[in-house]
Amino acid sequence: MSANRTNGAEAPVALVNGRVIDPAAQIDAPGGVLSAGRRIVAAGPDIRTDTIPAEARVIDVGGAVIAPGLVDMRAALGEPGHEHKETLATASRAALAGGITAIACLPNTIPPLDDAPAIEFIARRARENKGVKVFPYATVTRGAEGRDLTEIGLLREAGAVAFTDGTRAVADPLVMRRALAYAKGFGALIVQHPEEPRLSPSGVMNAGEIATRLGLSGIAPQAEVMMIERDLRLVEMTGARYHAAHISTAESVRVIAAAKARGLPVTCDTAPPYFALTEVDVGDYKTFARLSPPLRRFEDRIAIAEGVADGTIDAVASDHQPQDEDAKRLPFAHAAPGMIGLETLLAITLQLHHQNDMPLPAIVRRLSTDPAAILGLPTGNLSPGTPADITVFDPDSPWKIEADRLKSKSRNTLFDGRPVMGRAIMTVVDGRILHEEGLCS
Amino acid sequence: MGPPFQTATSLAQPHLLAIEDLSAGEISLILDTADGHVDAIRARESRRSRLAGQTVINLFFENSTRTRTSFELAAKRLGAEVVNMDVAVSSIKKGETLIDTAMTLNAMHPDALVVRHPDSGSVKLLARKVAASVINGGDGSHEHPTQALLDALTIRRRKGRLDGLTVTICGDILHSRVARSNIHLLTIMGARVRAVAPPTLLPGALDRLGVEVFTDMTAGLAGADIVMMLRLQQERMQGSYVPSTREYFHFFGLTYEKLAAAKPDALILHPGPMNRGVEIDSAVADDISRSAILDQVELGVAVRMACLELLLNGRNISPGGPEQGPVEENR
Repeated sequence: MSANRTNGAEAPVALVNGRVIDPAAQIDAPGGVLSAGRRIVAAGPDIRTDTIPAEARVIDVGGAVIAPGLVDMRAALGEPGHEHKETLATASRAALAGGITAIACLPNTIPPLDDAPAIEFIARRARENKGVKVFPYATVTRGAEGRDLTEIGLLREAGAVAFTDGTRAVADPLVMRRALAYAKGFGALIVQHPEEPRLSPSGVMNAGEIATRLGLSGIAPQAEVMMIERDLRLVEMTGARYHAAHISTAESVRVIAAAKARGLPVTCDTAPPYFALTEVDVGDYKTFARLSPPLRRFEDRIAIAEGVADGTIDAVASDHQPQDEDAKRLPFAHAAPGMIGLETLLAITLQLHHQNDMPLPAIVRRLSTDPAAILGLPTGNLSPGTPADITVFDPDSPWKIEADRLKSKSRNTLFDGRPVMGRAIMTVVDGRILHEEGLCS
Repeated sequence: MGPPFQTATSLAQPHLLAIEDLSAGEISLILDTADGHVDAIRARESRRSRLAGQTVINLFFENSTRTRTSFELAAKRLGAEVVNMDVAVSSIKKGETLIDTAMTLNAMHPDALVVRHPDSGSVKLLARKVAASVINGGDGSHEHPTQALLDALTIRRRKGRLDGLTVTICGDILHSRVARSNIHLLTIMGARVRAVAPPTLLPGALDRLGVEVFTDMTAGLAGADIVMMLRLQQERMQGSYVPSTREYFHFFGLTYEKLAAAKPDALILHPGPMNRGVEIDSAVADDISRSAILDQVELGVAVRMACLELLLNGRNISPGGPEQGPVEENR
């Protein structure tokens, strides 16, 4: 990065004729963004064709939204160990096409990201790709096995953005208590996959009528909320920062809202499947619908959408889990859980704007400002001096999601064939335009 | 049983995967056809020309001597060639997937596949990948349609009807594909279905399937016309669903004492194999005046003959429309 040609001496770039939305500065106004080199110089209504420096390169965005780059706080990127499903390079192209400028990647790799060299490997591979910014999570426990704590302090110094066992819950209450207490000493954030694994050890979809009809073993929705409730007690004991990942039930929303009202340092996110799909989408044993947590009932879907709208749910993450054909062409119970989501994150989240009247600044906040703040990243806003990570999107542009045309290496999306509105037309990372509608450099 | 179905000789669908997919008319057609086969079997009348030259593969990913033998006899009595593939001990161990197996079999051009698999939905997955007609011989905890059909035939022959009867299904409903298929079939045909089990062996939202749920066996049996016992599937259980088989028998085992709550002429069914002294008292199981368990075995062959014949006849329908009468030598 040190030898990068974008070292500040370059001519300024001005994006003009847009609707600038920066929730951090409470800006929602016609205007533009001026950047120079890798940093933002100014943003807002004062950036107009007639106010910018003569030497600037001017790009007219034609009335589209200019927002801080999207920050995806949860995605599996395939490297190391699952390169046949996704690589940092393919994930980066997919993310940029979806308007994402930064990703926090899961540590459930082979080997897992549980020591400093592994974290440094990800940082180096991401630099080589010169694409989307990648911030690795490290595991809370060695090997994500739920027993021994990792070197939280050293891992943080090596660049771990936060700590999570990723797709696995930290199930042992004593281990969780120690993780929270220890992390607090470093101001580190613990991110939990909230699911009590012992309640439904063989479960593969939401427990209820459909699971009964299909003869599939159910996962009780209570497995999620009881883990969150337990963890909240431990947060009270330790005072540590805690984040519940991809919550999926109405009860979880209720319990987290109550914890926030009591002033606990708690945040949470969800992913598009949980406000756009339900257990009915499992249909005829569709393995693309095998997710963790599982797709829930209609009532849960509504509660999750409301939680995103009212801010109880702080962030929407892609929860990108690429799976190759062999991992999905199996009987439902044996199929690997997960769905891709990088390229569809923005469009599906914008449904909350089009169908539920959620204001665009609130959408930008959930997709960029708040996830960046939760992870402590120097992005997610358009303040002068911050890195020029910018997403330009047209919220009203209609298109159809076609799995075969997505840039991810895997194709496992239940949104295939879905008509949507809104797409990224330009993605800028550190002042470099890395994606333009129809083009990807 | 209505007039439109009296002359039908095939099913509209290519596969028999689940009772849930069938209409009352189709179920009646299968039962009526099976009735004819029962009489022919008893009269030693040959029906070997009906599927002569056709090939049926029994593909069992899970051991079941009874069901496999029943399907094998059914196919042979219709004159089909039968191949048994015991996949549980061969390809799976070599890492072959279900889809690989389907592709391999497809290349051999069988006319019908009878598939049993330990995972719910797997038979449907396989059916999408093969040209042959697929009969579900039991998939995980999902469905076992031919078992429900033979149970229905047993009941219909003894009681003369299905509609209006009260049928109590007792035991391990959570793990039972037999229970699910029977619940669908009996409710489609107008019977009243009850389920009796300890709460740990009841799947969620069972009432949404049109079933009345009981945890007290005597209450569940009150006034029942049919008592359908299920096997306690100890091999499917991880961890303890019931504290002990002794306790289970005390509360949920069928004894004369508990049976007294049912109608005096209540008929007892069991899909077998029985755990005597666990879900059923040995004396009750062997009481030929009450138990129809051996009828079920006999009628099972006739029901499977009916299913094979109706499916394979359907495959020979010309694009112009269904032909009347069986197409016997056509391949």
